[in-house]
Amino acid sequence: MSAVCLRTEQLRKHYGGLRAVDGVDLEVREGERRAVIGPNGAGKTTLFHLLSGEVPASGGRILLFGRDVTRLPSFRRAALGVGRTYQVTNLFPRLSVLENTLLATLGLRREKYDPFSPLAKHREPMEDARRLLEEFGLWEKRDWPIGSLSYGEQRQLEIILALAGRPRLLLLDEPTAGLSPAETQAVTQLIRGLDSRITVLLIEHDMDVAFQVAQRITVLHFGRVLAEGTVEEVRANPEVQAIYLGSGEL
Amino acid sequence: MRPRGLWWVGVGVVALALPQVLPLYFTHLVLLTMIYGLSAMSLDVLAGYTGLTSFGHATYFGTAAYTVGILTTQHHLPPALAAAAGVGAAVLLAAAYGLLATRAVGVYFLIITLALGMGTWGLAYRWSSVTGGDNGLPGIPPLDLGLPWSMAEPRNLYYLVLAVFCVAAFLLYRLVHSPFGLTLRGIRESEGRMRMLGYNTWLHRYVAFVVAGGFAGVAGVLYAFYNRFVSPPDLHLAASAEAVLMVILGGAGTLFGPLAGAGIVVFLRNLVSAYTQRWMLILGVVFVLTVLYAPQGVAGGARALWARWRGHAPAPRPQAEPRKEPVAEP
Amino acid sequence: MQFWLTQLLNGLSFAALLFLLASGLTLIFGLMRIVNIAHGSYYLLGAYVALSVVQATGSFVAAALAGSLTVAAVGVVMQRGFLARFYRAEQAQVLLTMGFSFIFADLALWIWGGDPHRLPTPRAVAGSVDLGITFFPAYRLTVIAVGGLVAVFLWLLQERTRLGAVVRAAVDDQEMARGLGIHVEPVLTGMFAVGAALAGFGGVMGGPFLGVYPGVDSEVLPLAFAVVIIGGLGSLKGALVGSVLVGILDNLGKALFPELSYFTLFVPMAIVLAIRPTGLFGRG
Repeated sequence: MSAVCLRTEQLRKHYGGLRAVDGVDLEVREGERRAVIGPNGAGKTTLFHLLSGEVPASGGRILLFGRDVTRLPSFRRAALGVGRTYQVTNLFPRLSVLENTLLATLGLRREKYDPFSPLAKHREPMEDARRLLEEFGLWEKRDWPIGSLSYGEQRQLEIILALAGRPRLLLLDEPTAGLSPAETQAVTQLIRGLDSRITVLLIEHDMDVAFQVAQRITVLHFGRVLAEGTVEEVRANPEVQAIYLGSGEL
Repeated sequence: MRPRGLWWVGVGVVALALPQVLPLYFTHLVLLTMIYGLSAMSLDVLAGYTGLTSFGHATYFGTAAYTVGILTTQHHLPPALAAAAGVGAAVLLAAAYGLLATRAVGVYFLIITLALGMGTWGLAYRWSSVTGGDNGLPGIPPLDLGLPWSMAEPRNLYYLVLAVFCVAAFLLYRLVHSPFGLTLRGIRESEGRMRMLGYNTWLHRYVAFVVAGGFAGVAGVLYAFYNRFVSPPDLHLAASAEAVLMVILGGAGTLFGPLAGAGIVVFLRNLVSAYTQRWMLILGVVFVLTVLYAPQGVAGGARALWARWRGHAPAPRPQAEPRKEPVAEP
Repeated sequence: MQFWLTQLLNGLSFAALLFLLASGLTLIFGLMRIVNIAHGSYYLLGAYVALSVVQATGSFVAAALAGSLTVAAVGVVMQRGFLARFYRAEQAQVLLTMGFSFIFADLALWIWGGDPHRLPTPRAVAGSVDLGITFFPAYRLTVIAVGGLVAVFLWLLQERTRLGAVVRAAVDDQEMARGLGIHVEPVLTGMFAVGAALAGFGGVMGGPFLGVYPGVDSEVLPLAFAVVIIGGLGSLKGALVGSVLVGILDNLGKALFPELSYFTLFVPMAIVLAIRPTGLFGRG
């Protein structure tokens, strides 16, 4: 049995009276592919914000590789190996494709503090950036401003940024949102092809993608875990079927 | 980059020949342009590159100038030592104020730097026993560095200022093109994303603040030895606002744009003041017109044209809006 | 004892002025996220207009009305003519107000000249009041009372009236408010005018004891900002608490270490920033 990558204990987030995340217990093993699904407003993205450290928790604990990171700011969690993508594309608008990628490859290196030598002199982050961009076929467009890329390419860049730091835990927030069927297939293949040592947590509205990629599924509803199990178990769960009734998703 | 190099050589030749060829009047103006230009360029690192618009930049300029003034006129320290102390004072003040100012970003940051700046002005204005109060500190000696040419002579001081300016500008140029410089732009574009990529963004903002203050201090020292007189208006809100105008007029985030902006303001002020007392009114009007019709500034507009000419699909440029949430993530 | 009471009352009268300024500033920011650098010049203009009116008519009340209304009108022109088109572009708005502050300050210098002036104290409250322990200028007590009344009035307006609810709705969700038939633009312009009028009124009230002179705008503006930072941007309660704090400290400072007094006013601001950057009552 592989080690536990991520565990949350009674994780809570309150906004005044609103309980966005209301006592979530989660345990994800290293190398697991876990999908988090649920209706809009179930607290999925808020959960990701709590896991990444971008939003402080109101209560409960978060353990990463056995270590309590509940109070740790996001940049320290990144150093521990957390990477994430965003539901709404969160790139650096006025920078070029290459500059976006370089920021990602420099993020965990001491070289980021160099105030004097030109960027081009920094071979390793440059090579890493080149490799990533070539893998995704974006190297030719490296000097383009982000705004000139298609939406699908921007979503690809989102994933590049998350992968650049060689994360051990990858949080993907609706990676296929707004993509064409072909692009969605490409992303699905990509996720399936990721190194098996990386733990992947995936928020998805597209059930096909979720069922293709995930080994286990956690269903959130009103900030709580409604059901959890393998794909078949969750599909067969009557409560889960009820909340999706009418949408024909399952 | 052949045409680029030729351009710089040309500029260099003009800069070196200028005092010999043009009337003294121009030498004074170009000298002032370099001094204020350096201040504006350092503000650009903070405002244009990091997205932190400070309305207190003159504070560090003025503090350095006052330090030189106090040490030379009241304690009779040698000019070189006073100069070093001036820069040191600016760095220390920026380090202290920076701890407070970087608790926030966006408009909140703006207000804090404004308040701290005017608080310091109040010190210069009321602490008469040390700063000379409203009368300021006249009689600052020339910057005597033991060179064979007298620095009391503007033409000679010009070359010294030119040398210092070139070194400082070179350092700033390297800074903005370095990895650290890229991180500043990343913070400007999306601080949250940067933190998720592993950057301690507060630290980067703080360093940028102190560096900007330090270079403003260098400019302030040069100013003290050029003007030979320092007074409270030198660190008033109006002076800080002029620095912001220079950055915007020249083009925020272009580094040398603000130098051009400084030139425009210096020349304009000189021209206007020869005919009317209403310079502040004109300054205000220029401010408003620039925001309304030329927010990218001279260099920013030129850059956009250049990119379009080179064939990049013209990306719709978002308005220069740094951040919405006023307070930074703790 | 006499000393402390005098200091306290002096401080409170200054606090009342600061509150008039800061409440307008925080109102405008809380509603429209506009940081109005021209707010200090509103104070200046209010005082100068009042000066001219009182010199012409002898009536302080007329002067106060004229000062407040003129500044309100200026505010309307500024907001509708220039700021409104930069909706949500905060930095552009700040820069615009900065430019206008220079224009107003220099116009005032041009029209009224460079000499410092003092507004005449209204005859009705020109004397001193016997407070038992000491005598204290009646006018300053009036200023404190007026400040308090304005505070209560604003609070009632914000919390208890339909207007307050409408304004809050317009601010929270403009789209929704429009959908409900609320005309958003006049509401915003109206509130901006109220904020401006408060600043102008502050200038008038301060005229008799602070005086009016070129530069008073850039002296009071940072203090108003310090108050707002201490209290929290957008909080009326914060503006009140901050004003009292800064007002009393200002007087103490002037009495104890006059040369450093202006600078020391920013110490509480620094402390609040260090401990709670969003201000004592600010929304975190």
